[in-house]
Formats: sequence, C-alpha cells, structure tokens
Amino acid sequence: MARIDDTLAPSPDRLKLSRVWTGLRSFARGLVGWSPVIVLLIAWEVFARSGAVTPFMLPQFSSVLERIASDTASGELPVAMGLTLWRALAGFLISAFAGIALGLAMARLRPFYWFFDPIISVGFPIPKIAFLPIIVLWLGFFDVSKITMIVFNSIFPVVTATVVGVYGVEKELIWSARNLGTSERALTWEVMLPAALPQIFTGLQVALPIALIVGVLTEMAMGGYGIGASMQTASRFADSLGVFAGIIEIAVVGYVLVKLMAVLRARLLVWHPEALEPATV
Amino acid sequence: MTGAIASASFRYLPIVILLALWQAVSSLGWVSTAVLPPLTAVFEAGVRLLESDDFWSNAGASLYRGGMGLLLAIVIGAVLGIAMAWSRPVRTVVSPIVEIFYPLPKSALIPVTALWLGFGDASKILLIFLGCMLPVTIGAFNGARGSEQTLVWSARSLGASRLRTLWDVVVPSAMPELLNGVRTALALSWVLLVASELIVARKGLGYLIGFLGDGGNYDGMFAVVLFVALLGFIADRGYQAAMQRALRWRE
Repeated sequence: MARIDDTLAPSPDRLKLSRVWTGLRSFARGLVGWSPVIVLLIAWEVFARSGAVTPFMLPQFSSVLERIASDTASGELPVAMGLTLWRALAGFLISAFAGIALGLAMARLRPFYWFFDPIISVGFPIPKIAFLPIIVLWLGFFDVSKITMIVFNSIFPVVTATVVGVYGVEKELIWSARNLGTSERALTWEVMLPAALPQIFTGLQVALPIALIVGVLTEMAMGGYGIGASMQTASRFADSLGVFAGIIEIAVVGYVLVKLMAVLRARLLVWHPEALEPATV
Repeated sequence: MTGAIASASFRYLPIVILLALWQAVSSLGWVSTAVLPPLTAVFEAGVRLLESDDFWSNAGASLYRGGMGLLLAIVIGAVLGIAMAWSRPVRTVVSPIVEIFYPLPKSALIPVTALWLGFGDASKILLIFLGCMLPVTIGAFNGARGSEQTLVWSARSLGASRLRTLWDVVVPSAMPELLNGVRTALALSWVLLVASELIVARKGLGYLIGFLGDGGNYDGMFAVVLFVALLGFIADRGYQAAMQRALRWRE
C-alpha cells in the first residue's frame, strides 16, 4: 500500500527533489547554450595573458570586469548607462508612437500617403547620421538634439512596417467588419491595427537596435556623458580598459533589450500564429 | 512615356515642395541664413566644392574605406554563412558567437578600432568589415539552410559531388537572402563610415562635414551632407536594381 502511495503521490520531499532536478537540468541546458560564449571569454583571457598582445591592445577580460565593478561602485557606470538608456528609449518610444500614427494615417488617408511616401522612400536609405552636425547647429549639444537624431533614424522602419502591415490585412476581415456595421474609425483602431500588429512589432524590433546604435554614436560625437561619451573619452586618453568595459556594457544592454523585445512579442501576440516568428534584422 | 514622366513627377512632387519650402523659409528671412542657408547658396557651394581637389581627395578616401570594408564583409560573411549552413561543426561553433555579436550596437566598435589602428584608413576598413559582416552571414546562412532538401538530394543522387552540389544548388538558392543581407550591410556601412569620420578622422566626407561646420562654412557643410545623402540613396537604389537583374532567373 505504501509503495502505491509512493508512486501515485510523491512525498513532498520527492517533489522538491524533482523540482531541484528539473531546475538543475534547465540550468545545465542553459550552460550548454552559453558554453561557446564562456569558451570565447576564457580564450580572450588566456590570449591576453599569453603576452602575444600588449594589454593596451587587448586587456585581460578579468581586469575589464574589475573595471566594470569599480565603475559601478563609484556610481559612474549607473549614471552613464542611465543616460544612454534614457536617450535611446525616449527616442525609441517617440519613434514607435509617431511612426505607428504616421503609418496608420498613410495607410488610411490618401493625401498622407501621397505626401509622405516619397519622403519615406527617399529618407529610408540615406545615411541620416550625416545630418548630425546640422541637428547640432539647430538644437545644440544636449539631450534634445540626441533624441531628435535617434527619432530621425529609427522612425523609418516603424512607418514602413505599419503601412505594409495595414495593407496586408486580410480583405475578408475588413469586409466582414464593414458588413457588421463597423465605423471607419473603429475599423482602423479595432480591426486593422490589431491585425497589423505582428508586422508593426517587427518594425519596432528593427527600430530598437537602431535607436541604441545612434544614441551611442551621438554621445561619441557630441559628448555629454553616457556610455558612448565615456568610451570616446577613454579612447582619446588611450585607456583601453575603459573602451573594452564600454563594449561589454553596451553588448550586454543590446542583448538584453533585443531579448526583451522578443519576450514582449511572444506575450503581446500570444493570440497570433506569428507570435514566435524570430526577428531577422 | 509622357504619362510615366507625369506620374513620376506627381509622385515626387512632395520632395520638390519640401525643397521649395526650404528655399522660401531661408530666402524670405523667416529663419537666419546661418541656421539654414538658402538652397541656392548650398547649390553654389556644392558646385565650388566639386571643382576643388580637396573635396575629391576626401570623397576618394571615404569611398576607398567603405568599398574595401564592405568587400571584405561580403566575401568573408558569405563564406562563413554558407559554411555554417553546410557543416554542422562550423554551425555549432560559430552560431552562438554570431548570436552574441549580432545585437551588439556596432557603433561601440569605433573607439576600439581607433585604439587598435589609429585614425587612418585601416581602422575604418576594420570597423566597416566587423560591423557589416554579420547581416551578410545571417542572410547567407538563412538562404543556404532554406535551400530545398529535395534539390540537394536530387543533385547528390544524380552523382554530383558534395562540393559541386554546394556550388550549383546551395549557393544559388542562398542568393536572394544573401543579397538582402548585403543590402542591410550596405546601409550600415554608410552609417559607420560617416559616423566614424565625424568622430575620429583627418580625412573623408564625414570629416569634411565636421571641418566645414566648425569653420562656419554652413553652405559648404549642407552641400556635403546632401552629397553624402545622395550617394547613399543612389548606392541603395543602384544595388536594388542590380539585385533584381541578378535574380531574374527566379521568376
């Protein structure tokens, strides 16, 4: 009897043990997935210690970590990171809202389409970073010009994705909504926008890294604190530890943001078959 | 023909309106000409620049850096991507590294390449190569992996060697996505080139923009900015046209 109980309803101890076991297993699986990165970092450390290159060219990974730790403790890194994130995310959010609004207007109202389509199609491929000195001339050196530059660069993929997404909404969906008496306004907000959301989200997933790249670039070019500015200062003073610390910090932030967007996509679009479509750009 | 021209000019009318607005705003004195020089003045400054040797040596430096970096990125990136799709060991080793470096904001590499190779051509070429390689790699990998297995099997069963299958089946079917990756790389190369020249350089179009702006020659600065924008636009459109021609066999 006891044996049957045992197999049917595992004792709490056993449950705990099995939970620990699955936890360990998923940890191990994660470790296997990350192992190339770990190997890469170890290789970096070994190569830097081997003396084949000077510490100036490639400092040891461990000393870069120490530098990151000391910058964190001194409060320098949190401030710089906070500023960079604030600029990049503010620019990204403005791009997201303005881009979706403009895209919807273009897809639904012909005059908007006529006016903005050539501007978007000419503006998208040009290297907008070249306009940086003009933006500085107009708006100065502070956050406004940086965020403007970020919006100027990252709004394009959002607009095009929204237009393409709305145009791609199944005609049957629109016909049925119209047949059921949906107003044009509700059609835009309650039928087309949700149906185009997967495409729009893909546009946002393209825009986010652009916002981060341009944010760091403007900081490098204009100063004003932030990770980009501190990397540029470090580079100017030949402080290679500072430069490599910046790369690691930026890489981690970029990776986390990209992963967060993927998680957000899976959550928001859980009703949609394309929820797990990987972002390719 | 006239109909086509009419519809094209109607399509691009908004651009003309914007340019006319620019001219009006600054020549009517609504904004200071120091902040926004009139389009005509910018055009004149552009013509003067095109006649100077200084401009062409800077433009040459930029095109050389961009071209070399992009060429390296395309060749090495494509080979790496196809190798990843073709061989399991290569994929196991390389794909996590690609996945880690892909989301890295490429601008972070500017100070490092400057640290390693200084302010000249070599650091820009390395920067563009590193920054533009991964989109090509990922395009080539996705394209090559998507090549139809039946085609590969047929080629193999018809007696094609592994290498020949790779060259005649996998590479052509990887082409569309590969070329799309190259387009991303092309756009990125302009950004990295101009940005790195703005930030650390003593030559190049980006440097020239900063130099003219610092000297207060805003007519010239606007002219070079517009020239760079135009070059980027032409490069993208030209590439797209060439890509469509190259992929005609797909239809």
